[in-house]
Amino acid sequence: MDLIVQGVVEAFKLLIRGDPEVLKITLLSLGVSLCATAVSLFIGITLGTVIGLTRFQGRRILVSLINTGMGAPPVVVGLIVSVFLWRNGPLGILHLMYTPWAMVIAQFLISLPIITGFTVASIQQVDPKLRLQVLALGASHWQLLWLLVRDTRLPLLAAVMAGFGSIISEVGASMMVGGNITDQTRVLTTAIVMENSKGNFGLAMALGIILMILVYLVNMALTMIQQRSKPR
Amino acid sequence: MRGGQAGDSLYALEAKGLSAILGGQQVLGIPSLQVYPNEVLMVIGPNGSGKTTLLLCLALLLKPATGTIAYKGIPVSDSKQVLQLRRRLAVVFQESLLLNSTVWDNITLGLRLRGVRGDEARDRAQKWLGRFSIAPLAKRQAKTLSGGEAKRVSLARAFALQPEVLFLDEPFNALDSPTRQALLEDFEGVLRETKLTTVMVTHDRNEALVLADRVAVLMKGTIHQLGTPQEVFGTPVDEDVASFVGAGNVLPGVVSEQSHGIVSVDVNGRYLQAVSDLPVGTKVAVYLHYEDITLSVVAAKATQSSARDQLRGRIVKVFPLGSQLKVTLDCGLALASVITKRSWEELGLRIGDEVMAYFKASAVRLIPKH
Repeated sequence: MDLIVQGVVEAFKLLIRGDPEVLKITLLSLGVSLCATAVSLFIGITLGTVIGLTRFQGRRILVSLINTGMGAPPVVVGLIVSVFLWRNGPLGILHLMYTPWAMVIAQFLISLPIITGFTVASIQQVDPKLRLQVLALGASHWQLLWLLVRDTRLPLLAAVMAGFGSIISEVGASMMVGGNITDQTRVLTTAIVMENSKGNFGLAMALGIILMILVYLVNMALTMIQQRSKPR
Repeated sequence: MRGGQAGDSLYALEAKGLSAILGGQQVLGIPSLQVYPNEVLMVIGPNGSGKTTLLLCLALLLKPATGTIAYKGIPVSDSKQVLQLRRRLAVVFQESLLLNSTVWDNITLGLRLRGVRGDEARDRAQKWLGRFSIAPLAKRQAKTLSGGEAKRVSLARAFALQPEVLFLDEPFNALDSPTRQALLEDFEGVLRETKLTTVMVTHDRNEALVLADRVAVLMKGTIHQLGTPQEVFGTPVDEDVASFVGAGNVLPGVVSEQSHGIVSVDVNGRYLQAVSDLPVGTKVAVYLHYEDITLSVVAAKATQSSARDQLRGRIVKVFPLGSQLKVTLDCGLALASVITKRSWEELGLRIGDEVMAYFKASAVRLIPKH
């Protein structure tokens, strides 16, 4: 019990003091995950909209693959990225292993199927006739894509939340491709794992609290947008 | 004449050799169809006859399996042209299909897509919001509108585009009767005033009668008849059209006698006189307008009349049609007539009464069966 109380007290001390080490870790965490989410959003929403709107051979297989990808274990994604980025691997020449970029790539691959899958699902709920109506109003194909995405913004916000939530709290892949290097690739989750194993429960808890606050803030912002655009 | 001269055609829109295939089945086969500038062409037909498919093809929203569509004589070919042409048309569907934003945003969306902005867009949107009596709704979220309001928005949205051709797919179908009537009246006024070239699909014969300059009857993907509402409703070309337009009795019969242009037709053992040159033995559908049949009470002693046909029957059913009544008789064959409520009362008729039905031989139309 003592341990917990001590941990919480230390956590708040660190937070109030504004420990530079903690700040750096937090900013990197946020940077990597936001970057990965942004790329995933752009590609995932485009891909999801196209898949949701078109009919082609092998579509079902593709959709089931995406759905599988939504539940892919981050560790496996980390493993695959490692194999590619390893010094002797196919992309080893890029020297990305153990850099924040490697983590962005891994997190991108984790969130992409989630965002794509959510997008496919929400675009498919759009009345097919609405598509015809938007075309009839004079939309080009890209305008159609944009207007339908705009029209389904509420379910798509869920995609953003799920995508970001899945990678900000992800630890396996970040550890494998980032390596938890001090001042370089140490993010909140990997730091928590490390401090925990070292017995620094106070620091670990402080980082945990920060992580929770981050996830909460992002979701609150999105929820507010969602509530505001709700018809009343 | 192939291809036509650019922008110099008699037709606003012309389709040739049009066919469409859905789910491996041919649902449309139209050798040729023309739409004249400023006319209202109503396409009527039962459910599943291919009306919507035809409309989508004409509005360039569905690529036909074969055939060409030409706007003002210029055939549509590549997809770039399709986009440009779509921006000169407007389509209103059965559902209102509004986007998830304000009414104002919905009305101006098409204008924005077509590059109409600023004062021009504002003026047009305001004009049509006013014309369809929905100006107070401009700031409302589209999803909060009632069915009738949403339909008005979707109509205003289409008219604001000032299209060269307006397409409508059963636009009033999903509305309740009073809403529908009010909107139909407004819509008719607007059509009359704008003289917009219009192609509208409906299964409602009344809409066709009220709005159409010409009526096309589409059945099983082919146009059975195309003409003025008077032609189509007054003289259906075949049995299918006759039974669909439904303003008269359609009875199966065989020509049993022929003399000097007057034939006798055997309908279920009853004989009707008709003016026709068809030879004895021809199987026909007898088409007889409800309005052409007059009724009189049996007791009143058959007065002399130029009507060659009279049948005695019993009233089995009465159904109100506005200020009139549709009276169904059993004369050995089922025969329906439409009379005013007033004459019903004056004759003192009731269900079960015996009456005489009279009609002129010239009112009996015979449609040979193939």
